[in-house]
Amino acid sequence: MSMNTQGRPTDVGEAETSYRPKTFTGNRGLDMEEPLIFEFGHFDTMGVDLDEPEDFAPELGSHARAAELELPGLAEPEAMRHYVRLSRNNYAIDSGLYPLGSCTMKHNPRLNEKMARLPGFGDIHPLQPLSTVQGAVELIDDLARWLMVSTGTSAVAMSPKAGAHGELCGMMAIKAAHKAADRNPTMVLVPESAHGTNPATAALLGYKVVSIDAKDDGTVDLASVKATIAEHAGNVAAIMLTNPNTCGLFEREIIEIADAVHAADAYFYCDGANFNAIVGKARPGDLGVDAMHINLHKTFSTPHGGGGPGSGPVVLSERLAPFAPLPFIRKTDDGPVLVETEADTIEGEQPFGRMTAFHGQMGMFVRALAYMMSHGSDGLKQASEDAVLNANYVRVGLQDLMSLPFGERPCMHEVLFDDSFLKDTGVTTLDFAKAMIDEGYHPMTMYFPLVVHGAMLIEPTESESRAALDLFIATMRDLVMSAQRKETDRFSGAPYLAPRRRLDETTAARKPVLKWTPPAPAEVTPAAAE
Amino acid sequence: MRYLPLSDTDRGDMLARIGVDTIDDLFADVPEKARLNELLDLPRRAGELQVERQLSALAAKNVSAGSVPFFVGAGAYKHHVPATVDHLIQRSEFLTSYTPYQPEITQGTLQYLFEFQTQVARLTGMDVANASMYDGSTGTGEAVLMAHRVTRRNKAVLSGGLHPQYRDVVEDISGMADDTVVSLPADPTGTEDILNQIDDDTSCVVVQSPSFYGQLIDLKPIAEKAHAHGALLVAVFTEVVSLGLIEPPGGQGADIVVGEGQSIGNGLNFGGPYVGLFATNQKFIRQMPGRLCGETVDAEGRRGFVLTLSTREQHIRREKATSNICTNSGLCSLAFTIHMSLLGGAGLKKLARINHANAVKLKKDLSAVPGVEVLNTAYFNEFTVRLPEPAHGVVEALAEKGVLGGVPVSRLEPGKPELENLLVVASTEVNTDEDRAAFAGALKEVLA
Repeated sequence: MSMNTQGRPTDVGEAETSYRPKTFTGNRGLDMEEPLIFEFGHFDTMGVDLDEPEDFAPELGSHARAAELELPGLAEPEAMRHYVRLSRNNYAIDSGLYPLGSCTMKHNPRLNEKMARLPGFGDIHPLQPLSTVQGAVELIDDLARWLMVSTGTSAVAMSPKAGAHGELCGMMAIKAAHKAADRNPTMVLVPESAHGTNPATAALLGYKVVSIDAKDDGTVDLASVKATIAEHAGNVAAIMLTNPNTCGLFEREIIEIADAVHAADAYFYCDGANFNAIVGKARPGDLGVDAMHINLHKTFSTPHGGGGPGSGPVVLSERLAPFAPLPFIRKTDDGPVLVETEADTIEGEQPFGRMTAFHGQMGMFVRALAYMMSHGSDGLKQASEDAVLNANYVRVGLQDLMSLPFGERPCMHEVLFDDSFLKDTGVTTLDFAKAMIDEGYHPMTMYFPLVVHGAMLIEPTESESRAALDLFIATMRDLVMSAQRKETDRFSGAPYLAPRRRLDETTAARKPVLKWTPPAPAEVTPAAAE
Repeated sequence: MRYLPLSDTDRGDMLARIGVDTIDDLFADVPEKARLNELLDLPRRAGELQVERQLSALAAKNVSAGSVPFFVGAGAYKHHVPATVDHLIQRSEFLTSYTPYQPEITQGTLQYLFEFQTQVARLTGMDVANASMYDGSTGTGEAVLMAHRVTRRNKAVLSGGLHPQYRDVVEDISGMADDTVVSLPADPTGTEDILNQIDDDTSCVVVQSPSFYGQLIDLKPIAEKAHAHGALLVAVFTEVVSLGLIEPPGGQGADIVVGEGQSIGNGLNFGGPYVGLFATNQKFIRQMPGRLCGETVDAEGRRGFVLTLSTREQHIRREKATSNICTNSGLCSLAFTIHMSLLGGAGLKKLARINHANAVKLKKDLSAVPGVEVLNTAYFNEFTVRLPEPAHGVVEALAEKGVLGGVPVSRLEPGKPELENLLVVASTEVNTDEDRAAFAGALKEVLA
């Protein structure tokens, strides 16, 4: 029933405008407080209707569960409301600009979701007979071709589950290649600006990580690379470089670096997290890259999903191709064939092993291929160009007020500022980021890369319109000027307007509470008991 | 291009504002000899309709599980997922959000991760669980590495009942890291003597129950022997629904429990993305891999959640991290949490009973086929049968008759004559009596 406007006031009245009620529920209008399922679900409630099986004699041996399963259930409407309410406490690409540098928060087309859910892709089992999944094998092969053509490489290992898993795969291929050549180098060169996954991956494989220096312009120092290789002659397995690098700059001397690495019988692993800047503009294979993972969830827009699932296929140079892990696809006259075990390999195929059960993130492959097909060669190039254009537009919109650590030079798809513009304001990078939340923006990546003090790494992506960028730039300018006017309240306590204020991470780490436990029963005082 | 908001006018104006003439001026750092002057040798852009047409044609070449009598398991299982689950995980706020590094505006993700961790801890009977791994196989690899850190030893003993591809993942990462792995021969019936393999150099024993072959394994004696030698028991499962009916590994002395969570909330997807479950005891939390969500309060004292103990992780610790892992399996863990909330303990138990009842019926039906021998005595929703001829050909012949009838062990363990005739079959709640009759009938014809 709608409300009749007769007999009720239609003006806004004269209430005090600054008054904010302290509500009984803790809710603030549409901003809802929501308990944990353990606090309102019941052990005997179900949101599914299942028929009890007919009487039968179980064959569980002595393994039947004795203890009850203390998991609360919710009826369907309860579950729907609970998770819808939780969702509303999240920032998302679909609701706003998400300029997280190095994370590539671009639009996630829903066509891709629809395609991944076709029963012919979403409802097939990894181990059903291969004769019944030829379309799936073809799809993987198609995507592999798109990835190889766009990177200028000769092979691709499709199975890694995420970027870091792809790094591990690429480095395992490199280790296997050294072993096959009877070499056992022990060191991997990693610049300080690298993602933390790079040194972690190298260390996981038993390599000693040797840090290499950057030049004052934010790129890797070729002389330092050469000197380090010379110092450890014959003992360098690989260099791990991100290009474009984490400062948002293209490594100008990348070919010379690759040549120096190759001359030392070492391999060039490229962290492909920033490949989205150069798709259709340059091919990593032409830059001397031997192995590079591609974050399908960044460059090719499979949804980040609140932290996964990702997908990290690794393209490989001709030298590394024979070592690609199982499973892989072999081209034959009868079409693509999935090779799953070492017993099925033929001469020239020397897989180093297996990264994961089954065949990789098929659901992500479908989405990425739909994305790439939608763009085509022309659209992929345009997307890279727009990403770089947008980042530079933000750069010139802010560079007079914020501080560029490496001078006013073009950036790639992301622009890096340091915190020197906040000097003497009493506002930190963290405060600044939290104030952005009050303005309705997700903060940029902060305090990364480590080579810059108080780093702020902004990646607008190609998905933003000019109007959206203009408003973002204007907002950032307003915040900078406010900080410089020392309006510290706006920053030091921010965010004020989010579902939560700043959270106490110190206590969370010191006394970890990692699951819900029932509250201890309150002590009953004699007075209360009466 | 429909995904790109900039118009050519915008582009021209923006280049002028930046102060360059052409877009290529912004790519000036790319070495000239590596610049692409032509488009990539790939098709041009395509509209939704064209993409949908092409991909649908590929999808149509595959036989989907829901379209036939379907008995394939061996690490991934066909279950019914309520419609609510897929709707909720496609909400923009979940689907298009990043890792919750800004907790003030990602409490939605953080709270469900906390619920997920609590559900997994309770299911497995362990103190704590992490916010998920890529899948069960990579989680098993991480569990072994963690056991090495905890015990400061580097020899893992793997049961012959472990999923062969999980074993391969563990062996291959261990080989690269120069650790030792002792893998026992295939053990379809759960009769291997694993206790004899445990010694003072052993860091962990890895045992799967229900095993790859479907056999339920008593973990208690293995835990006792492992602990007596200062080693850990890593308990693995690939079918999480089994925990609705069987004794959880935590109650049997497991130190690390790792498994595949796909069955709850997640489709088959030809093998991924899935969701790895990982749980352990309180004393080991600082050696755990992967993300952890913890409870805390905000500046106004209200309860909230954050990612915590990140000093274990690569972005802080770099080469000293407990793992190189950067992501979890966020959206798949959400699907798990929602489905598990709809089931609750009572629903999971009922679902597990239906699965077990269907497997018991299937065993009866297949046992009646001449020449078929069921190898397992205690099992949940999956078991192994010995056929009178190589299983590989039988499965292909069954597929031609429109029945997807299990996984030949030889597909994962080729070149082992003693395994060539073995077939692993699973039956879940999706199977009807008609499905089972079709399977048994077709098998009879194929073997005749």
